[in-house]
Amino acid sequence: MRIDYDTKIIEMKNITKKFGDFVANDNIDLTVHKGEIHALLGENGAGKTTLMNILYGLYEPTFGEIYLNGKKTNITNPSVAIRNGIGMVHQHFMLVETFTVVENIILGMETTQRMGVLDINRATKEVEELSKKYGLHVDPNAKIHDITVGMQQRVEILKALYRGADILILDEPTAVLTPQEIDELMEIMRSLASQGKTIIIITHKLKEIKQVADYCTVIRRGKKVDTVKVADVTEEDLASMMVGRQVSFKVDKKEANVGDVVLKVDNLVVKDNRKLNAVKGLSLELHRGEILGIAGVDGNGQSEFIEGITGLRPIESGRVILNGKDITNLSPKEIIENGMNTIPEDRQKRGLILDFTVAENMILENYHKEPFSTKGRLNHKAISDFSKELIEKFDIRPRDHMHIAGELSGGNQQKVILAREISNDPDVLIAAQPTRGLDVGAIEYVHKYLVEQRDHGKAVLLISFELDEIMNVSDRIAVIFNGKIVDVMDAKEADERTLGYLMAGGGTIDEAK
Amino acid sequence: MKALNDLGIIIGISLMYAAPLMYTALGGVISENAGVVNIGLEGMMTIGAFTGATVAYFTGNPWLGFLTAGLAGGALAILHAIACVTFTADHVVSGIAMNFIGPGLALYLCKIFFDGAAMTLPLDLDHKIPRPLNGLFPTDSFLNSIFNQYATVYIAFLLVILVWFMLYKTKLGLRLRSVGEHPRAADTLGVNVYKIKYFAVILSGIFAGLGGAALSIAVVSNYRVSLISGQGFIALAAMIFGNWKPHGAMWGCLLFGVAQGLVVYLGGTSLKVSSQLLAMIPYIITIIVLMVFVGEATGPAANGIPYEKDRD
Repeated sequence: MRIDYDTKIIEMKNITKKFGDFVANDNIDLTVHKGEIHALLGENGAGKTTLMNILYGLYEPTFGEIYLNGKKTNITNPSVAIRNGIGMVHQHFMLVETFTVVENIILGMETTQRMGVLDINRATKEVEELSKKYGLHVDPNAKIHDITVGMQQRVEILKALYRGADILILDEPTAVLTPQEIDELMEIMRSLASQGKTIIIITHKLKEIKQVADYCTVIRRGKKVDTVKVADVTEEDLASMMVGRQVSFKVDKKEANVGDVVLKVDNLVVKDNRKLNAVKGLSLELHRGEILGIAGVDGNGQSEFIEGITGLRPIESGRVILNGKDITNLSPKEIIENGMNTIPEDRQKRGLILDFTVAENMILENYHKEPFSTKGRLNHKAISDFSKELIEKFDIRPRDHMHIAGELSGGNQQKVILAREISNDPDVLIAAQPTRGLDVGAIEYVHKYLVEQRDHGKAVLLISFELDEIMNVSDRIAVIFNGKIVDVMDAKEADERTLGYLMAGGGTIDEAK
Repeated sequence: MKALNDLGIIIGISLMYAAPLMYTALGGVISENAGVVNIGLEGMMTIGAFTGATVAYFTGNPWLGFLTAGLAGGALAILHAIACVTFTADHVVSGIAMNFIGPGLALYLCKIFFDGAAMTLPLDLDHKIPRPLNGLFPTDSFLNSIFNQYATVYIAFLLVILVWFMLYKTKLGLRLRSVGEHPRAADTLGVNVYKIKYFAVILSGIFAGLGGAALSIAVVSNYRVSLISGQGFIALAAMIFGNWKPHGAMWGCLLFGVAQGLVVYLGGTSLKVSSQLLAMIPYIITIIVLMVFVGEATGPAANGIPYEKDRD
């Protein structure tokens, strides 16, 4: 038996952590046995990472005690954690880009000759041995900025093992990996566990938990919901425990009530950054009361198409007609005024000003209008009232309109954008990758609002690389390939095989059949 | 032979003027590799120049002057470290303050020690930093012009090697650079970020102080208000030119040294250019170097960003 049920390697008791008034962890208990792969599941901002930062000594708990192998331990800083065999791989890697793999691994625990002179050769050998032992392939002398993200992650794991870690904490380890790298990581985790290491994996991806974890502790809004044996539960069970209500992976929507054409794109041509045509004569029509999904593989002109019709990138030729008015090459501001809003692809770069407060971000499109400003002077009362209302309505956490946007979790950042764009009540809402990086609860939430827009007789243009999302949410599906819409079909008639065939440039629907 | 001798003189003067810059630029390299921008080098150099000249004058021992100059620069750097590291102040703002404090303090103390004069009294020739190779070569020969330098010139080159070794071959250097690149990574591995930053800033002040003294008790023989006038900034430009590396900074300093050497040499010829215009050459080169190289140069990733632990 891999798991040693007699050894409670970690026991966290009544852990509470407060940041000012905000309770990030509320009386959480966590028990992990030796040799176990234990998943910590929770929505973005539920307090999973905070709990692990406490275990790793980055935060001190407000209350609560930690026992390691039955012995009470005060983990006041990471050095104490490292001495006690705890290693952590952070979501954002803690690697010095300009250093080599070996230098990163030995930093803080350097192998030296006399007088503090580094012994890189010996360190390299040690790293190579460790890498062989655990099947973690790395190139010891490569610089971090030259290696893949997958290898960077292996360096992080080696860093922990080099320090003699018996307990590995992995914070959202798959968020940055390609599907193939994810498979490799799962393999590595199993192999480490079989060699007696204990692993805690922080995640909100249910599929991975089912794949690799033995036990799962679910945390919701800073409180522990339960610890379950993964083999005994389904993904649906885990999802509802995490979100606190039944989550349907199927989007709930009634029959579309399709109206007139509201947006007409005619033979659009847009160039990319290299001055080559990325959108090559794209045409489509979007009706009131429908969600039109654009399916396609990344890099087929989606980004340029969105930037073209929203005024961020010049349109070379073709026309964009919104409500019968030509909006081709108007400024983004004019396009918004004409009734088209966008949830941009990159929420941190285009969607928010990260250093601004939530309230300031909420009025970015309307700051110059009544009631938010009068004669060039901002009206702070109106701005806070407005943003408080949206925070309440869209369930943005924490409930603080003066919170800095950059400090919100990804899901809550997306809600701020959603709230801002929808509060404009646009005729056309463009949603570009609206659920990228979000957990199931937040995804369901975003989808609900897209459907609600459509039910109000507005039109939604959904661009996504996730086929499941396109098929679940859309009423009609257009497939983009090589800068053109190759075909459009009713979502009810769409199946993965046909869509996949079209997305790969196979031709039209008739040919697919 | 005249041309060769002239070349020797230009090279010799260039090395002599490059040396003070090298100390200071090395100081900048150390501080900025640990992530603390130190534009206060100018002020630290000034206090060093004054202290060196004063101590050497009163004790008659140039080496004692040289060492105390380093200590004076280091003492001023403690202020910079407290502001930037402990109180996470903006590094540039604190640096500007250093550049007011250094020269101000130097002038104030100068007036106390030298009966209200704005300059220290000149050292006797045998109370200046010695020339260890004096007499080895025939006077006025090419080799003599180049190699018969003040000891501070040799020490400067030695320090380039030492600092390079420290930064790239030792545990301390690895930690120091990690703090300048990714302090949080260093912190999570148990490296004491604050301690390393203090060490680097203070050491940079010591180097700048030595640089000031290398000017006031070797190149010339006293301290005066106009002595440093921008040398600290030129050293900073040399450091950027050298891509924050000790050997790179050395080449930058040599470039500025040559500019200075030409100024001195041309000033001594019958060339009809006003000396004020000639004196501008190093500063003009500074601007050009900064324009050409600053855009491309990439310093340590976390340089100039105050580091705060993520504590509540």
